[in-house]
Amino acid sequence: MSVLRVSVEHRLGDFVLDAAFESEGGLTALFGRSGAGKTSLINAIAGLYRPERGRIDIDGAVLTDTAAGVFVASHRRRIGYVFQEDRLFPHLSARQNLLYGRWFAPQPAAADFGQIVALLGIGHLLSRRPANLSGGEKQRVAIGRALLAAPRLLVMDEPLAALDERRRAEILPYIERLRDEMGVPIVYVSHSVAEVARLATTLVVLSEGRVAATGPTAEIMARLDLFPLTGRSEAGAILSTRVAAHDPAFGLSVLRAAAGELRVPRVDLPAGTALRVRIRARDVMIALAPPEQLSALNVLPGTIAEIAGGDGPIMQLRLDCAGEALVARLTRRSVETLGLVPGKSVYAVIKSIAFDRHAFAGVPDGSASASADAEIAEG
Amino acid sequence: MLGFSPEELTAIKLSLRVGFWAMLGSLPVALAVAMLLSRARFWGLSLLNAVVHLPLVMPPVVTGYILLLLFGRRGPLGAFLADCCGIVFAFRWTGAALACAVMGFPLMVRSMRLSIDAVDRRLEAAAATLGANRAWVWLTVTLPLILPGVLAGMILSFARALGEFGATITFVSNIPGETQTLPTAIYTLLQVPSGEAGAFRLTLISIAISVAALLASEAVVRHSSRRAAGL
Repeated sequence: MSVLRVSVEHRLGDFVLDAAFESEGGLTALFGRSGAGKTSLINAIAGLYRPERGRIDIDGAVLTDTAAGVFVASHRRRIGYVFQEDRLFPHLSARQNLLYGRWFAPQPAAADFGQIVALLGIGHLLSRRPANLSGGEKQRVAIGRALLAAPRLLVMDEPLAALDERRRAEILPYIERLRDEMGVPIVYVSHSVAEVARLATTLVVLSEGRVAATGPTAEIMARLDLFPLTGRSEAGAILSTRVAAHDPAFGLSVLRAAAGELRVPRVDLPAGTALRVRIRARDVMIALAPPEQLSALNVLPGTIAEIAGGDGPIMQLRLDCAGEALVARLTRRSVETLGLVPGKSVYAVIKSIAFDRHAFAGVPDGSASASADAEIAEG
Repeated sequence: MLGFSPEELTAIKLSLRVGFWAMLGSLPVALAVAMLLSRARFWGLSLLNAVVHLPLVMPPVVTGYILLLLFGRRGPLGAFLADCCGIVFAFRWTGAALACAVMGFPLMVRSMRLSIDAVDRRLEAAAATLGANRAWVWLTVTLPLILPGVLAGMILSFARALGEFGATITFVSNIPGETQTLPTAIYTLLQVPSGEAGAFRLTLISIAISVAALLASEAVVRHSSRRAAGL
């Protein structure tokens, strides 16, 4: 059963939002360019405006139903909102900000104060005012504040967009823990492929106010027809892997996926840990035979499932590797020279150093330096 | 005590009492009007704005005369208030407070309105998503953020009340012990040959109270601005 069902029609000047999606919990990412209608959609969910037509329900409770004249005020919805800017109350300390929603919550938060403070790593900041917090710290307090209001849904509007690269890397693991440990469904707005690939269980691709595609993240990311929307150069497939072994002599780790084994720069995780890996289409080479005398360590056998790209110089390929999808970007020249057609058996070749820190989900920051080391070693 | 005559002491105490009640009485009305002017959009908004600012631009004598017409013993509001609640303004210190409140009203509203305009309304939306209804949002977010402007407005109004002369003397006259405030007392003393020393003492007191009020406002506003800014 769906936890959240959203269907909204609304006109804002020339822009028409006409979108519907469902979520079964976990983290649902609303993905699309700026102006695609992502924020308008979650503002409708949070009840910040009344859509012209639409219906929104969560866990069976109807929040908006224009046909029946139902519109629950935003303060009664119990939807935690993490804004792009932190929007912390400047006159309150971090602790008072965190506890703000508790004054009004009809029931205590699922997790207690100490647990959320520990999860977000903000215990040492509690007595400070927002003015004395860094951007990343503020956003973590803002996330905690939304959680402590005992929300039945958490919506996050590009919570990392206002932060620099380092702060983003600092917060991403917390959002992953939120997704995995708190049991609160999340709707997460983003225009970053890397964030979405790392965080989302379900992906809703928005384009010009409409839903272009929706489904499990790996499935959507591997769809060639969505490449223009998922970002040509950043587009890539997602593999679910487990850490199988470590190779301390070379500083590598072995990841096992259904498609085969991957050797990547060492990840500091115990064997058996589940790990989501994004392999960008531009990092994948295609060979007709298992390559020999080649530096690249990863060779996955597969079958060409689909070729797209028309008459342009760049073609997109989707491979079926033992049931998992892999995507590749090649020149049309290579496709023709190799005689690549759907159904043909090929080998996908991926350099180990292609797995930079953007490729992994749930990896501590150590992986960044590990991949940098690997790059130097191989260079 | 500093050589003040009993009459002079009475005038000082009365001035402080009139200023205090003028400030306190106009506070809720001014806050409501400032909220309305800053947030509400309705027909007649600019008219309300003009009416609020009238005491600032009209001759104080005119304001006093209008008050006399409205709140005098036979004025429509004055007669009604006297009949229903026993509140009498005419020739009482309460009338002086009313005159001062009206004269200080534009200053108070203006100061509050500027601070309400400056509030980041996105913070109010954030409070709503955390479960606060409109009243709680106002009390826990809006009010703390506009507190510097509210306090500044109160002190401006108080200071204006201490200096109010024209509207007061027109509305409630110049009755020692009842409506004779510092400015009217100084004026009266200057009308008699022997009064110059007393006038000078009251002038010094008037300056001292004004300077103290300004310094206090400076300190209070600075402190509460820092609090509101989270420093």
